[in-house]
Amino acid sequence: MSNSVSPRALVLHLGVLVILFALQFVLPPYHNGIAARIMVLAIYAIGYNIAFGYTGLLSLGHAMFFSAGMYGAGMSARLLEFAAPSAFFVGVICAILASCLFGLLALRTAGVAFMIVTLMFSQAAYLVILYFNNVTRGDEGFVIERTLRQIGGLDLADPVVRYNAAFVLLAVCLIGSLYLVSSSTGRVMIAIRENEERTRMLGNNIFAYKLLALTASGTVAGIGGAAYALLFGYTGAAFAEIQYSILPLLWTLVGGAGTTLGPILGTAAMFYLVDIASEFTSAYLFFVGLALVLMILLLPKGVLGTVREKFVRWLP
Amino acid sequence: MKIQKPSRLAVNSVTRRSALKGLGAAAGASAVLSAAPGFVRYSQAQSSEPIKIGFQVHRTGIGASYGRWYERVTNAAAKLINDEGGINGRMVEIVPEDDGTDPKRGAEVVEKFATRHNCDVAFGTLFSHVVIGSAPAAGEQKLPYFVVSEGYHVASGGLNRYVFQPGITDVRQQISSMAPWVSQNLGKKVTMVYPDFAFGHDHRDFFSKAIAAQGGEVLELIPIPPTESSFTRYFPRIPSATEVLYHVMVGPGVLTFVKEMGEHFGSNRPEIFGFIDSLEAVDINSPGLEFLEGSHFWEAYPRYKQANSSAHDALYRKAVGIDDSGASTADPKDVSTASHMFGCWETLFTIKDAMEASGYQSTADRGKLIEAMEAITTIAESREHPQGEKLFNGKIHQSFGKQHISKVAGGRLDVVHTTSLEDGFYEPEADYTTQAL
Repeated sequence: MSNSVSPRALVLHLGVLVILFALQFVLPPYHNGIAARIMVLAIYAIGYNIAFGYTGLLSLGHAMFFSAGMYGAGMSARLLEFAAPSAFFVGVICAILASCLFGLLALRTAGVAFMIVTLMFSQAAYLVILYFNNVTRGDEGFVIERTLRQIGGLDLADPVVRYNAAFVLLAVCLIGSLYLVSSSTGRVMIAIRENEERTRMLGNNIFAYKLLALTASGTVAGIGGAAYALLFGYTGAAFAEIQYSILPLLWTLVGGAGTTLGPILGTAAMFYLVDIASEFTSAYLFFVGLALVLMILLLPKGVLGTVREKFVRWLP
Repeated sequence: MKIQKPSRLAVNSVTRRSALKGLGAAAGASAVLSAAPGFVRYSQAQSSEPIKIGFQVHRTGIGASYGRWYERVTNAAAKLINDEGGINGRMVEIVPEDDGTDPKRGAEVVEKFATRHNCDVAFGTLFSHVVIGSAPAAGEQKLPYFVVSEGYHVASGGLNRYVFQPGITDVRQQISSMAPWVSQNLGKKVTMVYPDFAFGHDHRDFFSKAIAAQGGEVLELIPIPPTESSFTRYFPRIPSATEVLYHVMVGPGVLTFVKEMGEHFGSNRPEIFGFIDSLEAVDINSPGLEFLEGSHFWEAYPRYKQANSSAHDALYRKAVGIDDSGASTADPKDVSTASHMFGCWETLFTIKDAMEASGYQSTADRGKLIEAMEAITTIAESREHPQGEKLFNGKIHQSFGKQHISKVAGGRLDVVHTTSLEDGFYEPEADYTTQAL
């Protein structure tokens, strides 16, 4: 896999990361804590973007990958008392296995059928969590003890540690996704999104590339899930529900599908939209819907997608 | 060796030059500190400022029908407290935030109470998954978090020292206290129909044990998946030897459930016992519910005013705006969640009592507030606690109270039995007081 990350793209991404790192020194406490949550959720959106934004795989089932990571980490901590690093590793392995196995089955379909299959599998995963409630604690979920949420003596519940842990994971996932989409593999993924038949005609194994993309996407989503469980101390079936498959789609669409930085922007924008609107009205979802309608009318390719189209053509 | 008095030493060492140096150093240190990551810029609440109670309310999502009534009751209780001088001479300000009945948003809201609104305490959560999802944030922020959930999560020891449930009993004691009366009055052979998620599993586990202790048995367990919208295919699984059908369905499917149950049994039905959770905010006289006539329900707080209801009950009903049938005085079709919402009223007054007992003045006194809460043992029936007397176990942060069994008769619910406090007792499985503050 040859890489061709342009220097200016790399500088841009590193610049964004420097800003994200520096924010912790200036943000008030509330926004500091929220930033950590947004970064973890943005990891999920980055993962979603690999499948949807770059490969054209419109999934309505990514909550199962997020929750695979979450439950892998959470249950190994709760039932086996794994320390945070081991639990995180288990979570990531679970996400890899879940996304790869799911891909082997679901990628036999395409288009609308793929969307429906992802939805059905995800719903099945949600019901499995409920069914095995004796070990998963079902819809109530469970708390991960604070004593298990430590890495090398650092308490992941500490705001400073949590912010920086979320930041490091986000940085790894962001730069990883940049290198992936800039590689020859990434270009084939984009080619599949643009014209699957032509890409096949050029001799590419479409199924293999899609499987790779979906596995990478599910793995990154699972990293987000495992991180959420360990950084915020809760694992629950709510995160496997359909709405948590829709959310990364919205975040990605708002920020700009097929842009590496779009998911971060979209996640932050949607989070604050809900946070601010809910202070004034219980109909805050109306504003979410309104924002999406306006986005489709005015910025159909999302914020950064439009920026790329009109101003910064080199934006990855 | 000559020892100087500290005060003298302090006075003597201060010159204008050294004072300026000191001020400069302090300003520098402050600047460095404030630039440090995660530095918390709390300011102490002034005594003239209101006591802020963060109200985590289910305004949207599956809990919205409960949240609407929780908010009305909370505002009514806060008004009464403020009308009578507030808490420790300070007014109470309720700071509501919608959690969408979602555990992720719930945790964010709790953080918001602590770090943005600078609330003194948080309060009011009902749904168990939101409580459990929010509890870590409350513990990390050291924010006393008073839930009105009736889940067993607090008493189980699974949360942390900052979480309390003083205003409503937990599902374990509710269920356990029902078993003696059910076995003695309705029958010993029980079939249970319950939702196949945690709330239903609590019923399954606790009632199965409780009825066995009474010499009864559960003939069949029939869990209903949460996505189910029709229940016809489940009724044939009910054994013919069933003497009591125990149901605890929740959500919009309950009307269909009752209607289909009636169609299945006709006039030849077993005794039916349910939890009012099935019909909270639902008019008992709704079309389709006729089949419930003669059946029994658990109630924590009688929805309908009873012949022997206390003066406290009358005051409470008037204050929160419900009539003698438990519906809104403004709209008789707007039926209350009577068996849950009283918990908001009682919890706020318990917070008031604990704050006054601890001399609470600011967020710096949260530790004293926690200890004052844990020192509570008895709660007398009163205007502040109209549901009835309670015992509070400071180790498991849970109150124990009386329960009611009501019969559906003539389109209303009449209490036929009230349990004793002891009926709901169980051996505590935790001790939060051993955890550090």
